[in-house]
Parts: sequence; C-alpha cells; structure tokens
Amino acid sequence: MLLTKKSNFSLVGSATLATLTLLFSLSVRAEDIKIGLVAALTGPSAQSGESITRGLTVAIDEINAKGGVLGKKLVLIRRDDESSPPKGVAAARELISSEKVAAFFGGIDTPVSLAIAPIANQNKTPFMAVWAAGTKITKNGANPNYVFRVSAQDDLVDIALVKYAQQKYTAKKLGLILVNNPWGESNEKGLKAAVANAGNKVEIVGIEKLEQTDVDVTPQLGRLKSAGADCIVMVANAAPGAQMMKSRERMGWKVPVISHWGISGGRFDELVGETAGEVHFIQTYSFFSKPTEVSKKVMASLGTHYGVKSPADVIAPVGTANAYDAMQLLAKAIEKAKSTDGEEIRKALEQIDDYAGLIKNYKKPFGPDDHEGLAPEDYIMVRYQDGKVTPVN
Amino acid sequence: MWDQAGLAVVSGLGVGSMYGLTALGYHVTYRVSKTVNFAQGTCLMLAAVLGFTFQVSWHWPAFLAVLVSTAICVIWSMAVEIAVVRPFVRRGSDAWLMATLALGLVLENAVLFVFGKDPRGMPSSLQESFFMLGGLRVSALQALIPMVGLCIALGLAWTLKKTKFGKSLIAVSLNLDAASIMGIHAERVIAWSYGVSGGLAGVAGLMIAPLYTVSAGMGTLFGIKAFAVAILGGLDSAAGVMVAGLLMGLIEALVISMLGSTYAQMFSFGIIIAALCIKPHGLFGKMAIKKI
Repeated sequence: MLLTKKSNFSLVGSATLATLTLLFSLSVRAEDIKIGLVAALTGPSAQSGESITRGLTVAIDEINAKGGVLGKKLVLIRRDDESSPPKGVAAARELISSEKVAAFFGGIDTPVSLAIAPIANQNKTPFMAVWAAGTKITKNGANPNYVFRVSAQDDLVDIALVKYAQQKYTAKKLGLILVNNPWGESNEKGLKAAVANAGNKVEIVGIEKLEQTDVDVTPQLGRLKSAGADCIVMVANAAPGAQMMKSRERMGWKVPVISHWGISGGRFDELVGETAGEVHFIQTYSFFSKPTEVSKKVMASLGTHYGVKSPADVIAPVGTANAYDAMQLLAKAIEKAKSTDGEEIRKALEQIDDYAGLIKNYKKPFGPDDHEGLAPEDYIMVRYQDGKVTPVN
Repeated sequence: MWDQAGLAVVSGLGVGSMYGLTALGYHVTYRVSKTVNFAQGTCLMLAAVLGFTFQVSWHWPAFLAVLVSTAICVIWSMAVEIAVVRPFVRRGSDAWLMATLALGLVLENAVLFVFGKDPRGMPSSLQESFFMLGGLRVSALQALIPMVGLCIALGLAWTLKKTKFGKSLIAVSLNLDAASIMGIHAERVIAWSYGVSGGLAGVAGLMIAPLYTVSAGMGTLFGIKAFAVAILGGLDSAAGVMVAGLLMGLIEALVISMLGSTYAQMFSFGIIIAALCIKPHGLFGKMAIKKI
C-alpha cells in the first residue's frame, strides 16, 4: 500500500513537473528573442560587465515596453568570461549552440573579443563589441563579417590621444606605458602610426610594459623619465593602471598622464587615491553632457532599475552608453530584417538609416565595409573628480 | 642615470624584503621539519584581505587590525600543519606537498567568495609622507618595509639562538627523537614553527598591501617568487634566504631599469637558474648529507 502510494506520488509529481517544464519552456521559447552577453562580470574589471549589463537592460526594457521586436520580447542571457579568452570562447559557443541567441555582445577585454570574433563569423551570429577597442576585433579579415562595434577603436583612439597630448600639454616626447598583452600591442602599433602621421613635431622616447601583477612600476617610470618624456600615454586596465599612478606619485614626478579608457572599468579612483584625477582619459560619452530626450529617458530608467540619482552615480559610463545604443541599433536591425537569422540581421545592420541615440544621432552607422558605429569626433576627454567621471574643460 | 638606478634600488629593496620575509617562512618550517607550507602566498593574501576588512570596512584602529590579522595568519598556518602536514608525515608520505597547495587553493576560493573578485585599494598614511635621500624621494612606507624586514629577520635569528623556544626548534631540527627524549614536545614545536611562518607571511602581506592592490589572487605570484628566493638562498640558511630576497628584488628592478620591462621576467628567472647551476644548494646553503 505504502509502495503504491509512494509511486503514485512520484508519478503525479513527475508528470506535474514535466508539464510545468514544458509549459514554462514553451512560454519562454516561443515568444522570446534571446540576446547574449559575454563579458567580465567578476574580477578586476567587474564594473565594466555590470555597466554593460545596465545599458543593455535599460534598452531591452524600453523596447519590450513598446511591444518588443517582431512582436516578441527580448531576453538578455549573460555569461561571465572572467577576463579570460578560453572562458569567453566557451561561453560564446554555449550561447550560440545551446541558447541559440540571435546576436550577442562583448565586454571590456580585447583579448577575449579577439578570440570570440572568429566563432561569431563561423556560426554566422552577429557579435557587437561595446567596449573592447582592439582594431582587429572588427577588422578581422572575414568576409562576410559578423562583428560590429559601437565603441572606440584603438587606432583612432591612439590618434586622438597623441593629438590631445600635443594640444593640451604641448608634449613633444611621449613615454608609453602599455599593459603586456594583445591590447597593449594593438595600441603600440596604433600609437607608433599616430606619431608617424603627426610629422616630426612629436616623438616616442620610450615604450615600457606593465604586467598585471607589477607591485612597483618605478623602474619603468625611471627609464621614461631619464629618456626625457614630457607626457605619459598609458594603456592599461584599472588595477595595473593604478600601480603605475601610485609609483608615479612615490617618485614625485608631476608628468601629465593621458590614458586609454581601460582604467574606467574598475575602482581606479579608490585604488590610486588622491592623484586619480590627474589622469585624463578617453570616453565615448559622459552623462554630464547636455541632457537630450534620450539621455533623460536613460537616466530615469537607470534610476528605477539601479537607484542611479545623478550622472555621478553611473558606474563605468561608457559601457552603459555604448551598450544602450548598440542594443537599440540591433533591435532596429532585427525589425528591419523581419527575422532572427544571423545573416539577415547582419545585412540589416549594414543598411540601418538613422537612429537618434544616446551618444549621437547615428546616420548610416554601419556599411558593408564599415562596422564601426562611432568615429573619433565622438570621443571626449574626462577625468575622475571626487569619484565621478567628469569631462575635462 | 644615477637617479634611475637609485629609484630601482629603493623599489627593489622594498619588494625584495617582502620576498625575503615570505621566504623566511619556508625556511623556518623546512629547518625544523623538512616540510613547507606551499601555500605561503595565500597566507600573505589572507593577512592583506583581513587587514583591509578590519581597517577599511570595519573601521578598526590600524594597530588592532594588524595585530588581529597577523594572529589569524599564525593560527591558520598552525591549522595547516595539524590538518594536512602532520597526518602525511606520520605515515612517511610526501603528499603534504600537494595537500598544502590544495588547502591554499581552498582558502583562496573561499576568500574570492566572501571578499569578492574586485581588487581593492588599501589606504596608508605612511605612503603620503616622504623624505629626501640623496636627491631621491622616498616614501615612509618604502623606507619602513626593508627596515621591518631586517628587524624581523634579526629578531628571528636572536630567538633561535637565545630563547628556550628557539633552542627547542633547533633541537627538533637536529634530531627529533633525541629532542623528544629530552622532554621537548616535538609536534608542538613543529606546529609553532608553522605559526611563525604564517606570521612572517602575514606581516609581509600587511606591509605590501598599501603598495599593491588587495585581492584574493595577490599572493599566488608572491608565493612562487618567495619559494624561488628560498631555493636561491638555500632553504636551510636564514641569512641566505633574506639576502636572496633582497637580491631578487634588486635584480628584478635593475633589469627593468637597465634593459627595459619587456624581457624582465625572463631575465630575472634566467639569472636564478644560472645561479643554481653554479651553486646547486643555493647561494648560502650547505650540501645536505643524509646518513643511512
């Protein structure tokens, strides 16, 4: 009797469970369009992953509130790459083959995005870089190319940094401090090219490498100082970048520092302390810019979702801004393609006409040979001020 | 040129004495029991993470934070000996080697879970006061680190030579059975040697934290480099280990300063290998003779 009762229970239980699972999966799968994200959600650059998530979530909520895309809801599926290329590759494969995402977004790390780009192309799944700036992520040689970017691009950032060093600090001798990884190399090439194109008004007097684990960077800085550097150009993420700034402070060297934007992906101001504000770095957008209809809407939504009250509360702002615009562009493309097929979305992205976005009013943002949504005119220089990222006057 | 070399020397001495202190921990336990805690680096990290939590998150006064975190490191290291070294040594197995490493990984992951993966910045007023030394700007912390390192190394040498505890440590290291017959509780002495080793790593972790960033992974490379230092100096020589630590720090900094940072790691480890080829027992180590 007991046995029958038990088996009855388990029978009924499993039947209910099966029905529920079926119902649940039907209700999710039939109506939703899955959008993936592979980014650093933990680790030294965790803030970047959070910031991108916020941008995507705000855009997706806005789109879903208006009825979604092709009458379906958008759903965000996130995977953590822990800033490691092998983990990113595994996550990208899983999103494409198991989750069957329509398209997916990338995070802050160029090495991870460089590893993911070929997978996106092989599987004909559009991949949107919204932070990583490595030139070869989009210029990857694939034809057709499924990788797009709404972010800065190293080569162009390097030109902008060299120009800023000349205009702001009348620098003639640049000392480079670059993180010892593919992202650092990408910028080494870019900065050399930028200096070569700037004529003989400016030169590179030293190139030093920075390890993620360096405790003291004074030996490297000492070399640059001896070489007569009058401005430091830094390419590093928050933690190693902070080690460089602390070493500079200990040396008492007041040399101007300009930086690529990797430092804004972590707690750079806390790690550095007082001199954090002395670094001027590049961004694609500042929430302190003149408010527009779109920016007011995004700020309000960030407020409801994440308790953001003022522009100062927005963590790692470029991630949120780039991700918001990129998601809106992607939604437009899916709508235009009338399909979630990767190839159709790619073609549609290349044909988008215009979109009034957060960063700017996009006019034909992408073309068959141009997968960069932003241009150097869209870059601005900012610095940390009392823990906030504010534009440099 | 001299400025550049001077900067490298100051930086090298600071980082080097931290290598030395951590490596002394390997020396102490090796000397007494011929075993080491391979997860010394994790102990260094534990002290820094605890120090940060007590001082920054819980607003404890600095001296209390330092005291409590060092004490916890001592207790942790003793626990490591009792839990994963002693049982294997009793059975004549060398598996403690893997076991200490594994326990270190467990601790590191536990810290990741509790403390988070985000590196944090440890503020220190010692970093903001500076003085001039022959035209070089040196922060109080940078000057303090090698001094503390040296004082602790000297203090350890004095303890071993002059105190009852030190003498019992040496007695156990010379002949465990004879020491036991003479009334020395050998296992307790070995556990305490682990405690001392943990304390040394703890002090190193607390000193380095303001210079570096505090995170669960901060100890790994330090632990490896400190072990390289211990081998270079000769595991059985305290002075050798400390000198090797300073040398390693100086070599790293001077290689970067003279040859550039691109090949720094390759050169500094290359130098260690070359030194060991010439002196296989370390710079100051003695050849061990095993009587059968």
